[in-house]
Amino acid sequence: MPTAGVEFAKVSYSPEGGHLVLRDISLALAAGTTTALLGRSGSGKTTLLRMVNGLVQPTAGEVRVEGHVVTSMRAPKDLVRLRRDIGYVIQETGLFPHMTIERNTALALELAEKPHSERESRARELIGWVGLDFDGLRNRFPWQLSGGQKQRVGLARALALDPSVLLMDEPFGALDPLTRSEMQTMLKKLLQRLSKTVLLVTHDLEEALYLADRVLILAEGQVVADLPSAEVSRSANPHVRDYLSVVRHKSER
Amino acid sequence: MIATLQRHGWEIARLTFEHLWLTVIAMLFAILVGIPLGVLLTRRRRWARPVIGFANVIQTVPSLALFGLLLPVPWLGENAARLAIVALIAYALLPILRNTYAGIDSVSPELRRVADAMGMTGWQRLRMVELPIAGSIILAGVRTATVICVGVATIAAAIGAGGLGELIFRGVASVDNGLVLAGAIPAALLALTADAGLGWIEKKLAVRQG
Repeated sequence: MPTAGVEFAKVSYSPEGGHLVLRDISLALAAGTTTALLGRSGSGKTTLLRMVNGLVQPTAGEVRVEGHVVTSMRAPKDLVRLRRDIGYVIQETGLFPHMTIERNTALALELAEKPHSERESRARELIGWVGLDFDGLRNRFPWQLSGGQKQRVGLARALALDPSVLLMDEPFGALDPLTRSEMQTMLKKLLQRLSKTVLLVTHDLEEALYLADRVLILAEGQVVADLPSAEVSRSANPHVRDYLSVVRHKSER
Repeated sequence: MIATLQRHGWEIARLTFEHLWLTVIAMLFAILVGIPLGVLLTRRRRWARPVIGFANVIQTVPSLALFGLLLPVPWLGENAARLAIVALIAYALLPILRNTYAGIDSVSPELRRVADAMGMTGWQRLRMVELPIAGSIILAGVRTATVICVGVATIAAAIGAGGLGELIFRGVASVDNGLVLAGAIPAALLALTADAGLGWIEKKLAVRQG
């Protein structure tokens, strides 16, 4: 049994006065592997992802990241330390509009009070990793970049402090199919090199199969499918079959 | 007009300076109170409505009436300039408060979440993300407040606090239009200059989103 990078133990969540969004979820994500989380909108995927870096606290149960119990962290400084070891990438990119690309990319180093020279060289390295030209972009602002470029910078920024865990919430959801496919290729290469525990929320089974070692499907707050990517095409699980039929449909059209 | 200028030149200069001084002091205090209070309201949302509502009510009190109402207040009534400054602060507070609240509120939840997820402390998020993004909206509030202050400060002369209103009141009393204009024109110029200057800074601070 490989060590768990991220663990959920009997995790439930219901917003104040609301119905149960997640019920009694127990999962262990092996360190250094990529897990894709699929499910309809409202199935609780994003909520589950946000529990890993403590943006959402579960109503019941425990979340652990590399053995540290996230759910018992009350002091802000503990959460700050935890979050610096977790990269976070979202669909809207979340780049700060008033900061240059260089500052956005190295912001985590700025927060960790690293010297300027180190921030610059790290930003140069990261921007190179995601296939962009640092000297051409460093002084630009997010609005001057294309959607794909912004998403690359968002990924570079999440990797700044070399976190052991990477959370990706529909990172390519807003991109056109060609850019999306380029991004997937780039990400796959990067992940093979860096070995991170990745939790990827997506609507796209093909993306999940291409990037992830393991596929989870969430429905009505519960895990209804959990299998290695390699076994997806042979699975008899009705939820998996639903996703497969969508993929097949698309290719036949 | 030329004659009025020759006769009252020094006085106009002195009263313009006095007017400016009243406005600047009041604005400094209004900013020192208004911006932190506006930020606080974004953290304690339940208070936002009553507090902004109260500032709104103050704004509706006619300035002459407010000066009159404050006159019997012990510490305030002793000094006309002090009283005028307090009344000006009360008027300047609403636009600053409202715009600070709205500006910080306009920062998208995604950006706030990303700031938290990067491990920013609450203070870092405010300083590095929320205030810079809200900057031009807050400054627009400061600009509105300044223009209001310059205008209301002319009324301060009614309680003997000085400023350009003194010329206007004297001109009205002695039916001397030249004297009225000698007070009104510099007051208008002050307002226009402040508006243009702060408008320029506001543009510089504007953050392009997207």
